[in-house]
Amino acid sequence: MASSTANVNVSFFDYQGGRKGILGWILSVDHKRIGILYLISMMIFFAVGVTFGFLMRLELIAPDRTIMDPQTYNSIFTLHGVIMIFLFIIPGLPAVFGNFFLPIMIGAADVAFPRLNLLSWWLFVIGGLLAITSIIMPGGAPDTGWTFYIPYSVRTSTNVIPALMAAFILGFSSILTGLNFVVTVHRLRAKGMTFFRLPLFIWALYSTAWIQVLATPIIGITLLLVTFERLFSVGIFDPSLGGDPVLYQHLFWIYSHPAVYIMIIPAMGVISEVIPVFARRTIFGYKFIAFSSVGIALFGSLVWAHHMFTVGMSGVAMIVFSVLTFLVAIPSAVKVFNWVSTLYKGSIVVEPPLYYALAFIFLFSIGGFTGLIQGALSVNLHIHDTSFIVAHFHYVMFGGTGFGIFTAMHYWWPKMFGRMYNKKVSIVGFWTLFVGFNVLYFPMFVMGWLGMPRRYYDYLPEYHIYHLISTIGSWILIIGLLIMFINLLKALKSGEKVTKENYWGGETLEWKCPTPPYVFNFEFTPEVHAGPYEYKQNDESEKKVEEEVVQ
Amino acid sequence: MSSTTATPIADPHLHRDDEGSRLGMWLFLFTELILFGGMFLVFAVYKFIHYEEFHAAARELNSMFGALNTIILLTSSLTIVLSIVAIQKGQKLLSIFFQIITIFFALGFMVNKYFEWSAKFSHGIYPGSETLLEKSSGEILFFGLYYVMTGLHGLHVVIGVLLIGYMTYETIKNKVNSDKYVRLESAGLYWHLVDIIWIFLFPLFYLIA
Amino acid sequence: MSSHDSHNENAHAHKPSYGIYILIWVALLILTGLTVAVAGINFGNLTVITALTVASVKSYLVLEYFMHLKHEKKMFWLFVYTSLFFLGVSLILLFADYTFLEGN
Repeated sequence: MASSTANVNVSFFDYQGGRKGILGWILSVDHKRIGILYLISMMIFFAVGVTFGFLMRLELIAPDRTIMDPQTYNSIFTLHGVIMIFLFIIPGLPAVFGNFFLPIMIGAADVAFPRLNLLSWWLFVIGGLLAITSIIMPGGAPDTGWTFYIPYSVRTSTNVIPALMAAFILGFSSILTGLNFVVTVHRLRAKGMTFFRLPLFIWALYSTAWIQVLATPIIGITLLLVTFERLFSVGIFDPSLGGDPVLYQHLFWIYSHPAVYIMIIPAMGVISEVIPVFARRTIFGYKFIAFSSVGIALFGSLVWAHHMFTVGMSGVAMIVFSVLTFLVAIPSAVKVFNWVSTLYKGSIVVEPPLYYALAFIFLFSIGGFTGLIQGALSVNLHIHDTSFIVAHFHYVMFGGTGFGIFTAMHYWWPKMFGRMYNKKVSIVGFWTLFVGFNVLYFPMFVMGWLGMPRRYYDYLPEYHIYHLISTIGSWILIIGLLIMFINLLKALKSGEKVTKENYWGGETLEWKCPTPPYVFNFEFTPEVHAGPYEYKQNDESEKKVEEEVVQ
Repeated sequence: MSSTTATPIADPHLHRDDEGSRLGMWLFLFTELILFGGMFLVFAVYKFIHYEEFHAAARELNSMFGALNTIILLTSSLTIVLSIVAIQKGQKLLSIFFQIITIFFALGFMVNKYFEWSAKFSHGIYPGSETLLEKSSGEILFFGLYYVMTGLHGLHVVIGVLLIGYMTYETIKNKVNSDKYVRLESAGLYWHLVDIIWIFLFPLFYLIA
Repeated sequence: MSSHDSHNENAHAHKPSYGIYILIWVALLILTGLTVAVAGINFGNLTVITALTVASVKSYLVLEYFMHLKHEKKMFWLFVYTSLFFLGVSLILLFADYTFLEGN
C-alpha cells in the first residue's frame, strides 16, 4: 500500500490503493485490516473451541459413556484448552482490538512495524491450522491436556509434536505483536500524548506487551525442549533419563501464569475505557489503574508455582508463592474499586457495552475471590485438580476476558464497521449469556468442593445433578452466544449506518476520527491537550450540583 | 481533549524512525536472551542437584575448542562493530571487508564446532547413545543440555551469517549507506547477542571441571 | 507524528572511531584468558562465581560499547535491566524450591 497515489482520505474498507479483493486483506499491512483479519480467524477458532466444550459437557451429562470414548474425551479437553487459550483468549484483545485501536488511540497512522504486524497474523493462522490438523493427522489427537506435562507428553503416541509446534509458533506471533506495541507506544504517540494522557486501554496493552515479550520465550524454549526430548531422546525432563518433571512444570508456569495476565489485563483495560464513557465522568484514580496494570504484570511474574502446590515442592517455596499470590490480588482489587467508584455519582447511561462491562466486574470478582481461596495452602490441597479450579478459571478467563472481548465488540463495533447492531437483541443475548454462564460454571464450584476431579471422563452418581445442571447451562450459554454473534454479524449487512464520529460520547481519540476510520486513521495529525477522560460538561454540571448542595 | 492540526497525516510507510527500529531489535534480543535464559535456568537447577556429576561430565569437554571459539566470536564481534564505524565514515569498501571477515569468523566457529561435536559422537556420546545411557543421570542431563544449548546457539550463528550476508549485499547495492545503516546496526546487535550467549555458555560448560 | 520526523537525532551523533572498539576487544581477550587461567585453580565453589563474574563484566563491555548502549537513551539500559530482573527473579524463586527441597 505504501507508494500509491490513491486517495487515503476514505474509509479503510473502500481504499483502492492496495491490492484488490481478498489479497487486499490477507496481504494488507494496514493495522485496521489486520485487526479484522484477527477478528475473523479468532472467531472461527472460537467456534471450534465452543464446539469442543459443548461436546465435553454433553458427554458429562450422565455417568458412564454418553457420546464418546475416554480417549476422544481426553483429546477434546486438550484441544479445547489449546484453542481457547492460544487462539482465542490470548490474541482476543491485543491482536484484534489492540491492533485496530492502539494506533488510533495514541494518534498514530499505524503501528511501528506494519509488515511485522502482518507476519504475526500469518504466524497466528499457521499455528492455528497446525493445532487443528494435529487432531486429524494419523497418530491421534494429542491427549496431554494443554499443559503438556512430562512424562506423559514424552510417552504418549499421539500427535504431541504438531501441537507443541503450534503453541511455539503462536507464541512467536504473540511476541511480535507485543514488540510492535511497545515500540509503537514509545515512538508514535501524537504530539501532547504524554504517558499519563494515554487511555487506560493503552496502558493495559503496554503492560501486556511487556509480558508477551519477556515471558513467552520461556514457554517457547520449554516446548522446544520437550520436542527435542521426543525426537532425539535428549535427557532434559524425562525422569527415566534423570530429568526432573517438576522442573518442567516450573518452566511451564513461569510463562503460563504471566500468560493469565496477558489474557486479563487488556480486558481490564477495555472496562476502564467503557465505564467512564457510560458513567459520563472522569475515571476515578487514573494513575492507580495505570500503575496497577504494571503492578499486575510485575507481581504476576512471581506467583507461578501456585499451580504446583501438590507436586512436592519445598515448604519454603510453598509459603513464598502463597504469600506472593495474595499480593497479586491487591492491584486487581484496586481496579475493581476504581471502576465502582467511577460509577458512583456518575450520570450512568445504560447501553449494551455497559451491561457486558458490569458483568465483567461481577464475574471477575467471583473468579478473583475463588482464586484467593486457592492461594491458601491448606485449602489448595483439598481443591487442587477438582472442578473448583475449572470453575475458577472459567469465571476469570471467560467471565473476565471473554466478557471483556464481548464488551469491546459492543463498544467499538459501530466505529470499526460503521454499522450499529440491534441494541434490544444484544441485551436479550446478554441476559441469556449471563444466565447460561452462571448455570454452566457455578455448579462446578460446588461439585469441585465436594471432590469431583477435573478432566475426568466418568463420575460417581452423587455428582450427577451438578453435571446435569451444568450441561443444561452450556446449552443456554450457546444460545446466548448465537444471539449475540448473529446480531453483530447481521449488523454488518443490515444494521443502521453510523457516520458520526463519536457514537457513545467518548473522549478518547478513536472517537475523533472518521467512522469507519480513514486509511491513515485521521485526515489531519491530531494533537492532545488533556487527559483521556475529561468530561468537561459533566464536571461542570456536577460542580453546580455540589454548589447547590452547599447552599 | 484534543484538537487536530492543519498538518495532513503522514503516510506511515514512508515514516523513518531509526531509534524505533533499534528499540524493536532490542526487544527482540530480550526474547532471545530469555529463550537461552530458560535453558540456563534448567542448567542451574541440574547443576545444583547433580553437582559432582556435572563436574565429571565437564571434564569430557575439550576446553581448547571452547576457548578458541570464544576468541573467534569475540573477534567477529569486533569486526562487525568496525564495519558499522566504516559505514558511518562512508568507507563502503572497508565496511564490506569487515562484514565478510565477520562471516568468515562465523564459519570458522561452525567448523570448529563440527569437529568438536564429531569428536564427541565418535566417543559414542550423543543423545540416546548406549555409552551415554550407561552414565549417571547427571551426566546424561549435562550432555543433553550441552547438545541442545550449543546446538541452538550454532543455529543462531548460522542465522547470523545469513543476516550479515544479506547486509553485505545491501551495502554493495548502496541500500545500506553512510546515511542509512540501521539495518546493519540491527544485524550487528543480533551478532553481539550471539556472542554474549557464548560468553556465558563457555565457562559454564567448559570451565567447571 | 511530525514530532518524530527527526530521525537524524541519531544515537551516533558522536564521532565514530575505530580505536575504542579495538581497546575493548583487547580487554575482552584478556578477560577470557583470565577465566581460562582461573579455571585451572581449584577455588571450589568460588570457581563458578568467578567465571560468572568475569562473564558478566565481558557482557557489560559488549553491551555498553559494541552494542552502543553508551550512546542510546538511558531507557534502553532500563529495559535490559527489566529483562535481567525477570530472569533473576525466576532464578531466585526457582531456588526457593530446590534449595529447601528435602532429599537433596
